[in-house]
Amino acid sequence: MLSAIGVMVALAVVIGLTLGWSAIRFKVEGNPLAEKIDAILPQTQCGQCGFPGCKPYAEAIAKGEADINQCPPGGEEGVKKLAELLGVEPKPLDESHGAPKPRSVAFIDEQTCIGCTLCIQACPVDAIVGAAKQMHTIVAAECTGCELCLPPCPVDCISMVPVAEDLPHWKWKHPVVQLKRVA
Amino acid sequence: MSRELFRFKGGVHPPDHKAESNGRPIHAAPVPRQLVIPLRQHIGNPAKPAVNVGDRVLKGQLIGEADGTISAAVHASSSGTVAAIEPRTLPHASGLPDLCIMIDTDGRDEWIARVPLDYHNLPPAELRMKLRDRGLAGLGGAVFPSAAKLDPGARGACPMLILNGGECEPWITCDDVLMRHRADDILRGATVMRDLLGSTEILVGIEDNKPEAIAAMRTAAAKLDYAVEVVPVPAIYPGGGAKQMIETLTGKQVPTGKLSTDIGIQVFNVGTAYALARAVFHGEPMVSRLVTVTGHVLRPQNFEVLIGTPMHALIELAGERDGATGVLMGGPMMGVPMPLALPHGFQPAAGRRPFAGYAEVPVVKATNCILVQSRDLFPPPPPVLPCIRCTRCADACPVELQPQDLYRFVKAGDFGRAQEYHLFDCIECGCCSYVCPSHIPLVDYYRYGKSEIWAREREKRAADLARERHEFREFRLEREKQEKAEKLAAKAAAKRAELAAEAPAATAEGSDADAKKALIAAALARAQAKKAQTPPKNVEDLSAEQRREIEEIEARRAKIRELARKPLESESE
Repeated sequence: MLSAIGVMVALAVVIGLTLGWSAIRFKVEGNPLAEKIDAILPQTQCGQCGFPGCKPYAEAIAKGEADINQCPPGGEEGVKKLAELLGVEPKPLDESHGAPKPRSVAFIDEQTCIGCTLCIQACPVDAIVGAAKQMHTIVAAECTGCELCLPPCPVDCISMVPVAEDLPHWKWKHPVVQLKRVA
Repeated sequence: MSRELFRFKGGVHPPDHKAESNGRPIHAAPVPRQLVIPLRQHIGNPAKPAVNVGDRVLKGQLIGEADGTISAAVHASSSGTVAAIEPRTLPHASGLPDLCIMIDTDGRDEWIARVPLDYHNLPPAELRMKLRDRGLAGLGGAVFPSAAKLDPGARGACPMLILNGGECEPWITCDDVLMRHRADDILRGATVMRDLLGSTEILVGIEDNKPEAIAAMRTAAAKLDYAVEVVPVPAIYPGGGAKQMIETLTGKQVPTGKLSTDIGIQVFNVGTAYALARAVFHGEPMVSRLVTVTGHVLRPQNFEVLIGTPMHALIELAGERDGATGVLMGGPMMGVPMPLALPHGFQPAAGRRPFAGYAEVPVVKATNCILVQSRDLFPPPPPVLPCIRCTRCADACPVELQPQDLYRFVKAGDFGRAQEYHLFDCIECGCCSYVCPSHIPLVDYYRYGKSEIWAREREKRAADLARERHEFREFRLEREKQEKAEKLAAKAAAKRAELAAEAPAATAEGSDADAKKALIAAALARAQAKKAQTPPKNVEDLSAEQRREIEEIEARRAKIRELARKPLESESE
């Protein structure tokens, strides 16, 4: 009886120590689930979800504080991927956070720009080049199309230009097949 | 001596339709009034324009510089004046425009000074750069910059060099007639390739439905001082694909994701070898190529065509016929439909339907064939029926894929699974669509799947870049905040030290609060001194009334200051 208790206690101590040690030794920095969610999010950093950027939104989803259908740039496909990752039912996009739009980039009308730097401060990915009282311009390759530079502009010189299809970015369309003889 | 040949799996036997065009000799197509020369004619980076609008250019002059290693230069195909540098529709399935250089030709077709390359005395790397700058790209269809393929890499040598004269695609005969008429130059080009790659074995694979070409190549090979083996291979589509040719000749398969050089074999199209010989021994950059014009035309034949010649000019040359329904660039199996448009200012003759096959797009380095379609030759495909999983496509697939599964995955949008089933090994040869009893355009689905996967990867890269930049911005803002705080603290400390030096007695025993008060007092004193120094402005022409008003205000201010200085009664108690 005593020896049995002794064995159990000894086992408990050994296992406890092992677990405790490995918890410290193999500690994972950050939240791996949030990172997986963050990898699915489109990284537009637009804040339409109600969080200041994609990472905070990912963390909120991981904690269960936010729903998966609040990201308009990710679209229905993004919701589906998140649902698959989290093992929940996909749901339609929450319209209150905005509707998905075709991918576009910001464009600064350089004739109108007064060089106030407000848009530079608003850009979440530092894709605007310029200095005080110098004309600003957008680095189109790095612009995520988040539209955060539009509201601060005092002269409304920024517009969103949809990205046109060019040869290197052209995609084959889904084949359209004829199911019935027409002629 | 006969070589043991191997049979790759699958393949089909479509009617070859070669006799239509391979009997006539090569004709040089006339110089068109305007050449449209795209800067993106090869895989890799497009060339960068090197001329300005209005410049006079000579035939063979560089007009687009190669940009990077995987790129090739672009040259003026005839002499004339640069009319414009602007986007024009390319001979591409998308029908999208891309940057082209337009040259108004002067009809004199005047060459630049043609300097042959002294290739024996040039270091290989330099020779490759020179070939890149002479615009050399593979003429078999993929237009991969040849200079990059002529690098034996870390192994130092590529033991086997294969010249591909397979030309398995129906209707096309440009390689066939090239071998018949210009075999010597092809093999001179092969000699340069052999020396660059350090190859010890040179094979020429030609399908056995081209006996004249085989004979001509054998005659030319006999004149060389080293052995070139001309091997007739059985005609079976797609036996002219590079990987299929390797398998037929050697029995080796190129592993997934590897290059043929990894197994010590390099393959070039015979046309590329010919162009290389022109570049090295005649100093001519790639300004023309052979193009088969066939199908629904009066005189199907091969033309030596200047790059940039509009396709419809060639169709007219070969004799256009009524009833054309479309134009393919390439053959019926892998060719891409050309965007059709009527030429500028075209007026159809009275009572005549405008020809539907007016392809306004130019001939590029990839154009091996212009195939004019008609209802008789290419009847519209029958209606598509559901896939019955008969696996005839799997039997026909030369790369041993499972086309019926790939089709299912791509159709369902399950691109991950499609990739697991090696979608990217698909060579888009069209055998599966050819044998499909349900007439499903399978290759269209694979092309769609591939470009969809590429697009997703591009999006992912863009997202990664955005994430990185956003994280760096957060880090930068935090750092700037910290730096600002540190700077302010340092400034305050410096001022305090200054004050301490001025009045050591006052602050020596004083507490921190006293030091702060002293700082504030000093700042106040500074501000007042500054105010006293600046005289009030605009006080010259004031009326008496205004002066009185100012005095009143000043009096009120003084009174308020007095009140503020007096401690409040509640406080004093």
